[in-house]
Formats: sequence, structure tokens, C-alpha cells
Amino acid sequence: MLSEKDYLVGDTAWCPGCGNFAIREALAGALAELKIEPHRLLICSGIGQAAKIPHYIKANGFNGLHGRALPPALGAKVANKELTVIVESGDGDSYGEGGNHFIHNIRRNPNIAHLIHNNQIYGLTKGQASPTSDPGMVTGVQTGGVVTPALNPLALALVLGAGFVARCFSGEQEHLKATIKAAIDFPGYALVDILQPCISFNKVNTYGWYKKRVYFPEVSDREDWDAALKLAREWGEQIPLGIIYFKPRPTFEDALQVLEGEPLAFRNFKPQELSALQDEFR
Amino acid sequence: MEINILIGGAAGQGMDTVMNLLGKALVREGYGLIYTKDYMSRVRGGHNFSRLRIASGTPWTTIEAIDILVALNEETYKTHKDNLLPTGRVIYDPGLFLLPDHEKRAVPVELEKLAKEAGGAIMANTVAVGALLVLIGLPPVAVEKLLHEVFSSKKGVAEQNIKALKKGYEAAAEYCSACFVLPPKERQSKRLFIEGNQVLGMAALASGCRFLSAYPMTPATGILNYLAAKSKSYPVVVEQAEDEIAAINMALGASYAGVRALTVTSGGGFSLMVEGLSLAGMTETPLVVVVAMRPGPATGLPTRSEQGDLSFVLHAGHGEFPRAVLSATSHEDAFYRLNKAFELADRFQIPVIFLSDQNFADTHRSVEPFDFSRLGYNRHLVGEKDIQKPYRRYLLTEDGISPRMIPGVAEGEVVLVDSDEHDEKGHIIEDAATRVRMVNKRMNKLTALAEEMDEPDLYGDPHPQKLLVGWGSNYGVLREAVNNLAALGVKVALLHFSDLWPLPQKRLLELAGRVKQLYCVENNATGQLAALIRRETGLAIDRLILKYDGRPFMPHEIVGEVEKNA
Ligand SMILES: Cc1ncc(C[n+]2csc(CCOP(=O)(O)OP(=O)(O)O)c2C)c(N)n1
Ligand SMILES: [Mg+2]
Repeated sequence: MLSEKDYLVGDTAWCPGCGNFAIREALAGALAELKIEPHRLLICSGIGQAAKIPHYIKANGFNGLHGRALPPALGAKVANKELTVIVESGDGDSYGEGGNHFIHNIRRNPNIAHLIHNNQIYGLTKGQASPTSDPGMVTGVQTGGVVTPALNPLALALVLGAGFVARCFSGEQEHLKATIKAAIDFPGYALVDILQPCISFNKVNTYGWYKKRVYFPEVSDREDWDAALKLAREWGEQIPLGIIYFKPRPTFEDALQVLEGEPLAFRNFKPQELSALQDEFR
Repeated sequence: MEINILIGGAAGQGMDTVMNLLGKALVREGYGLIYTKDYMSRVRGGHNFSRLRIASGTPWTTIEAIDILVALNEETYKTHKDNLLPTGRVIYDPGLFLLPDHEKRAVPVELEKLAKEAGGAIMANTVAVGALLVLIGLPPVAVEKLLHEVFSSKKGVAEQNIKALKKGYEAAAEYCSACFVLPPKERQSKRLFIEGNQVLGMAALASGCRFLSAYPMTPATGILNYLAAKSKSYPVVVEQAEDEIAAINMALGASYAGVRALTVTSGGGFSLMVEGLSLAGMTETPLVVVVAMRPGPATGLPTRSEQGDLSFVLHAGHGEFPRAVLSATSHEDAFYRLNKAFELADRFQIPVIFLSDQNFADTHRSVEPFDFSRLGYNRHLVGEKDIQKPYRRYLLTEDGISPRMIPGVAEGEVVLVDSDEHDEKGHIIEDAATRVRMVNKRMNKLTALAEEMDEPDLYGDPHPQKLLVGWGSNYGVLREAVNNLAALGVKVALLHFSDLWPLPQKRLLELAGRVKQLYCVENNATGQLAALIRRETGLAIDRLILKYDGRPFMPHEIVGEVEKNA
């Protein structure tokens, strides 16, 4: 059996003190506790500091293009439904460049856990505003401060019909680990938006800034969509953490009868067997 | 001996229904034919038409001259009457419009009225089929069986249609019965009546394609429709992506995880896929992309044809990586060549682009049944027993091809692919030496890939003075042009490319030294194949015959251009 440490591989290229480390450890811990074997696990990511994660966790990895972490994950799930598929990337990657895939995969509801390192900034490209940057944040590009309101990923996910919506903080590692486990186990698309300080470029939303604000609300009924939306919209002096909504619905894979049985990737095949295809044209 | 039929009307008037019924019935009877479509980018109104040519030897292209014009509206008559031969006939509904008195070729058939008598105005098209049958001397039974099949699930509808068919037959018989003579039948080998897109869809499925992700775009959508219809009974998943970027990235994920994957689009959609194509190159993920060309730039002429994207697909994608670009001469060729695309993609772990166009995608032709045993399904995958541990996805090898394993087959072993430059294990690197080794590894594949390219097809005079060079869907029209020129005494041959990249050069160079004049015939404004040939071989094409009005060439246009230059 693998321990948390066995999942931690590679030399990280992250800044010392970055919130990414805690997220990586929480993920490794979750994988160890769920006993997911590396060869049966696939992590898809885009491009960014967060998106380097497939290099630092022992797993199959598809480190694709900026913004395009979700589509290959969906394709891979179709090819081999037995793989546990995690999509893990940054806020810019997931909500900005990849916004369209975010929207439509929530609608599709594939059995994928989507972990987003939300540092409210573009880290790898050295500090431009991301869709989740708060108004007023001054950067080298947004020189007068961000003027557009921040995108609210939790509210957006809820409105689109996501069945699992959670928010975590890299500074609450045990809670994060437990939430990642729940997201992986959830049958369907599961969003975990993880607040994470970027010590190099985000001088506003620091560790202390988050620490002061995050709290764990009482969620009495996790299927209460209105209550979830209310929590999702809480941002400012108080930022709620936890699984704010949890309600499975039929998945993308459920609707595909052809997926029943052996994974498509392993099915045998001979072209000659299909020659009756031409009969309809006679 | 041949018969050329043109049916025209507004979008939504059901010209396809007529042609599909008649075409299929004729093919069943053993006749050889081709049926092409010319339609506008709208759902109702406008002017759409289809041509059907029945000829011995199975025609390769349709032509301008018309024997029978079926004018479902007045505009069709006005637009095409000058191409209607003096011996021709025009079928029209006198209840809708009248022809000028001097029109001696008239065959008035009250399509709508007769249809209503048979059970409903909706069957006006069936009445028209009946009228066509009598003119070409084919008894109604030929279509009756087909009507029973088409409407098998709707009780009574087949009978009503048969009634409508007979009414059309009888009405037209008063004016002209068997006034056109059908050519001799072709071999009775139960031929297929099939459209280009259907050929490609069937070839994909029979090549073991298990996943198609695409965003609808004319003229590629027919492939999407074909495979979607099959996804109920065959192991193929068809996903309509949110955009073409998603489409190509989904297909790459599916391919990485172990299935043959396909995406299909036209130029605009392919533009969005370009970064993904480059990802396929970098991650060495097999992928087949069908690009069904239509005239650009931008939205261009959405429902029309062009060969304007050859240069684009040759160069699409940032950075340098090997790829193959294939096209096809004909329906038969396309069936086997799309399979070749899948085979090359798997063997070389590269993206392969198959270039189609509206002219091929929407054209039906009678073809010999396909030989499915000629199709390959060689995945070139390795399993646990074949690998050195730890597994290295990008193991450096002499030919540049690393043993490819898919995720989940070897315990403790993982498959890591990366869009960044990487080492043998797939991890991000930035050092110069590894970079150079990896570029060389990828580009090395081109050597063996080039050997897999088929030389262009040679047709016509064995000792030509003029050589016409073409590619893709222009094969049929060029063949006919060569025949027509030969009949005029011109010593001419056609050299026609299916495989385009890496460009096969041997036969071209051999011939170029022996001919007096080299022509390139292309459906674009700049002569993209000619430019490629020049770049790769230094050979200058003497003359370009180009057409870029969105319509495919007609044989007489090519003949005229070559003659002009005689
Ligand atoms: C198509 C494309 N556009 C832009 C970039 C440059 N780029 C790389 S990462 C990135 C933003 C990363 O931000 P985020 O996703 O939040 O990740 P972080 O580095 O903050 O973890 C950008 C703009 C790229 N690689 N590809
Ligand atoms: Mg970020």
C-alpha cells in the first residue's frame, strides 16, 4: 500500500512558501487514503504554476495546453472509464482561458474531480489579474486597478447545475484533504475551488488575509440549493469553506450505453467484422 | 450514351428526396451514376440544385449540359434553360408557373395537384420521380420497393407514395415516354449508392475509431451525423463539443487513453484547433483530423467548395513537428485512405490531416462494395511485458518512435505526456541538450513517414506532351477532361496526388523531364500545390488553371483552358 509520501515525486518549481505545496500534500494524502493506485489515476492539467502538478504526483499525467485541462480529461474518461480522473489547474487556466470548458463540463457532468488552485492571480506569467482577482487590485497590466467584478466560480457552478461545489483553503490542509476525497468519490463533476496565497505576486490576498476571513459554516442540508447560493455569494469579511452543495445527478457516462462493459480502450476489434455497414447503401 | 438530369428549386423543396430515390433505384438496377449538390447557406428559399448523371463506365463528374430539367420553381427554369439541350425536356408544375409558349421541350405535370389526389401535397416530389422514370424508360416498380423500405414504419404512407409515383409516371407519359435512352448497365455486383461523408464515416468506424468529438460545420457535419447514427449500435462515442478547441483536445485525451479518435471540421473550425494540433505534435499523440474545405477566408461561402486550405494544413500549428496530409481521388480511394490516416497516426504517433471538400463530401456515386479486409487496425501499443521500467513515454530511439503504452495497463507504471518540452519520462525540461535531442527525435519520424506516401496516380497518354497535375476531389473532372482532350488529339495525361505530405516526388520528377508543359489544376486562387511542388522539388509549373468561385470545375472549363494554350 502506498503512503502519502509515495505519491510525492519530482523536484517542484514552485516558490518556497507557496500554497501549492499544501494542496499537493493534501492531494497525496487523499490518494493514499483512498488507495488509488498511480497507474489507475490520471491527472489532467493546463499551463500555469498550479498546472505543473502532474509532474509532482505519481500518476498518469496529461499536462496539456493553457485552459484546456478539461477536454482531454473528458476524452480520456470515455476511452477508459476505469481511470480515476482529476483535473487540476489554476484559476486563470480554469476560469479564464478555459471558461467555456468549465461551463459545458458542468452541464455534461462527467465523473471528474476538478481542483482549482485559486490564487486570484496569474502566477506563472508574473502577476496579471485573473478572472477571480478582486476589483482594485493593481498589477503591471491593470495599472489603475482591476475594474471588472470578480467571477464567482461557486455561484456559476451552482447555476449551471453542478452537483458538488466546495471551497477550501490551502491553509486548512486536513479539511482540504477530506474535501478532495469527497470530490473524488462523488459520482459526477465535483468542483473544489481552493484559495491559495501567491506569495510572489498577490500582495492583497495573503495567507493572513485568507486566514482572517475563512470560517466553516453550519450546512444543515447540503441539498439546499438556495442556501448554497447564499454561501457561494459570501465574499469579503467572511469567506465560508466546505462542501456547500452536494447532490448527485446522472453523469455523462451514465447516458452512454456503449460504455457498459470493458473500457473502450481495451476492446478487441477486426475491421472485417463491420463489412455489413455497407448494406444500407445498396 | 448518357442522361443528365438537373433538379432545382428553393431550399426546403426536397430536391434531395427525388435524387436519393431515383439514384438508389438506378444503382440497384445496375446503372452507374454520380449525383452532386449545389446549395445555398440557408434553410428555406434561394436557389438550390442537384445534378444526376447516368452514364456507361460510371461517370466521374457531372457536366453542364442537361437532358432533363426538373424545375420546381420558375427560377430554376430561367437559370438553367440555356443549358438544356434542344433535345431535352423540362418537367414543371403548370399549377405553379407557366413556360413561354415557344418552349417546345415542356413536360407539364401537375405535381402538387396529383400529389394531393394521392394523399397529400407533401408527395409532390414522388410525383416528380414518377415523371422522371417514364422519361428515362424505367418502370415504376424500380422505385416501389424502395418506397416500401423507406416508409416501412409508417403504415399506408408507402402505398400513397406509390400512388403518387404512378400518377407522375402516367401524366408525363402523355408527353414523352422513354425519350431518353439509358446507357448499358454496369456490372451487377450490388453496388453502393453512397455519399462522400458517408464513406468517411464508415471508414472511420471500420478503422476502429471509438471517439469522435466535433463542433458542427458544413461540409463536415455529414460525418458527425453518420457516426452519431451508428453510436446506438456500435462502440463509438460521438460528442458535440462546446467549440473546436474542446473538440480536438477531447480527441487527444481519448487517444492518449487508448482509443482511435477523430475530429472533423472545416477551415474556420480548424483554425481554432491549431494549438491542439501542435499539442498532438509535441505530446506525440495519434490523431486524425478531417478538414472538409469550403471557400474562405472567414465564413466564406459556407456550403461551397474550394481547395484553399492545403497551405494552411501543411503549416498549421506553432513550432515544428511531423505530420501527414492525405486527400483522396474518389469514394473508393477515400475509404481506404482514411484508414491509412489512422494507421499512420498510430504508427508514427503524429497528427494526420485528411483533406476533403464540399465537392467530395456531398457527392454520391455508385461504387463497388468496399473490401473491409483491406483495412488495418494496427495500434502499435506496448504492454507491461514489453517495457523497460520505469516506463519512459519518450524513450529515445533511432527512428524517433518511442514504444507507446496507454495508462492503466502496467501496475506501478505511469504515462506522462507534456505540452512543455520534456525528457524521456515526460517531465518538463529546459536544458539545451535535451531540447535538441527531442526535436531530432520527433523530426526523425519524417524519414520513414515519407516512404509510406503513395506516388500520385497517373492516367492518360503514356507519352504525354502535356501533364495536368491535380489533387483531391478534382480527380474525376480531370480524368474526364483528359479523355476529352485525348479525343481532340491532345497528348495529355493526369498526375493526381492523394498523399500530399510528405510530398511524394519520384513520379512527378520522372515525368516532368519528359513532358513539354506542366499544368497545375486547383480550386484555389494561388496554386497551392504548385507552390508546394516548387518548394520541395524546385520544379516550376508552367501554367496554373485555377478556379475559386466556390463551384467545382466542369470538364469543359479545363479543356478550354488547355486548348487555349495549345
Ligand atoms: C494560449 C496561451 N496563452 C497564454 C499563455 C501564457 N500563460 C501561461 S500560464 C498563464 C496564466 C496562469 O495563471 P493561472 O492559471 O492562474 O495559474 P498560476 O500560475 O497562477 O498557478 C498564462 C497567461 C499560454 N501558455 N498559452
Ligand atoms: Mg492563478
